[in-house]
Amino acid sequence: MLPSLYEYLLYLGDNTLILGHRNSEWCGHGPALELDIALTNISLDLIGQARLYYQYAASETAWQSEDTIAYLRDAHQFRNLLLVEQPNGDWAHTILRQFLFSSFQHHLYNYLRESSDPTIAAISNKSYKEVAYHLRWSSEWVIRMGDGTQESHQRMLTALEDLWMFTGEFFLPAPYEDQLPTGIQPLPAPLMQGFWMDRIKEVFSAAGLPVPASPGFQSGGKTGRHTEYLGYVLAEMQFLQRAYPGSNW
Amino acid sequence: MKLLEGIPDPEVPVLNIIDLGIVRDVRVYPTPEVESNFVFHTDRNGLGVTVIITPTYVGCPAVDMIKATIQMTLTSAGYYPVEVRTTLFPAWTTEWLSEEARGKLEAFGIAPPNPVSSVCHLEPFQREEAVSCPRCRSCHTEMISPFGSTACKAMYRCLDCQEPFDYFKCH
Ligand SMILES: [Zn+2]
Repeated sequence: MLPSLYEYLLYLGDNTLILGHRNSEWCGHGPALELDIALTNISLDLIGQARLYYQYAASETAWQSEDTIAYLRDAHQFRNLLLVEQPNGDWAHTILRQFLFSSFQHHLYNYLRESSDPTIAAISNKSYKEVAYHLRWSSEWVIRMGDGTQESHQRMLTALEDLWMFTGEFFLPAPYEDQLPTGIQPLPAPLMQGFWMDRIKEVFSAAGLPVPASPGFQSGGKTGRHTEYLGYVLAEMQFLQRAYPGSNW
Repeated sequence: MKLLEGIPDPEVPVLNIIDLGIVRDVRVYPTPEVESNFVFHTDRNGLGVTVIITPTYVGCPAVDMIKATIQMTLTSAGYYPVEVRTTLFPAWTTEWLSEEARGKLEAFGIAPPNPVSSVCHLEPFQREEAVSCPRCRSCHTEMISPFGSTACKAMYRCLDCQEPFDYFKCH
């Protein structure tokens, strides 16, 4: 497998694994039963996607598996966007993080469905409908909170201030993206920004939220330079496999 | 096929895996007598089988369990080797649910997916598709949440008989 393809698969899988893990931290703590269930369902979808990308990434080496990829790498080997590792914060932070990511992922998968790599195309096609549910659900919550009470509106503004800076990274191609053979990622990341922005503007305008003028400037996750938060996520997620290697259900 | 019909979906046990439409192909082929030291295998039927299934939802934890059950069921029926493979393409859709399956779901109290699949539109707060209550058949129902007890279901409530129910959502 080409090294660039391998890294790209890690990027796709790490995004969904880490966000899936973050959302799963809400399990049992959701503000209402339905919302707890919604977030855990979304987690399940995201972790399922990660498994498929990891299985594919591991498929050509005998010593690797989806589990070694998920549990036996350190923070600098993870390729996920900085956004997805950010802490859950309050409900506003969690749903804004989901919305910013899902609106990007929805476009990304839409194009990856046409990938020249048949496995990536099949995984993206399969996941595309699920992502539509995530996107609509999180859009509705952004609108409810933004257009809700003064308190909820204020919380959304705070979340926006904390998270917006991580969105520019979506569209900054990592070296491995540039090295991918043409056709694997049919639309290069920078060209997706306009489509993504259309959705952001539409939902933010319904929510009465301002679209920040400055582009998000924080990046590094895609090449393994993470915020301090990823280490804590991994410590919790990987503990069992590190302490008891190979343990099984 | 008969054997596979005996394998239930672990999450919606009234449906078997054939009803669900996840079994895409079954290939049975004769195998030459293979000598084996295992006593267990004396009751082999001389046939090998490859079953190809496709997952409903990518995160559906039932898939691994279904694979293991197929493996066990066919092995104990004498097939060897038994191989269960998954394929993602073409992607599963609720349109593959058999007619029989829809009836079984309804009898079980789960509203079957609407025959014309209307998968999630992105428009926020759009009116939901009409789903009829599996108890009283009223179409006067509303969605409580697009996410339910398992990946394949949404939560609804009937505004006539007041009962909440699961809807096997279009996918
Ligand atoms: Zn009713």
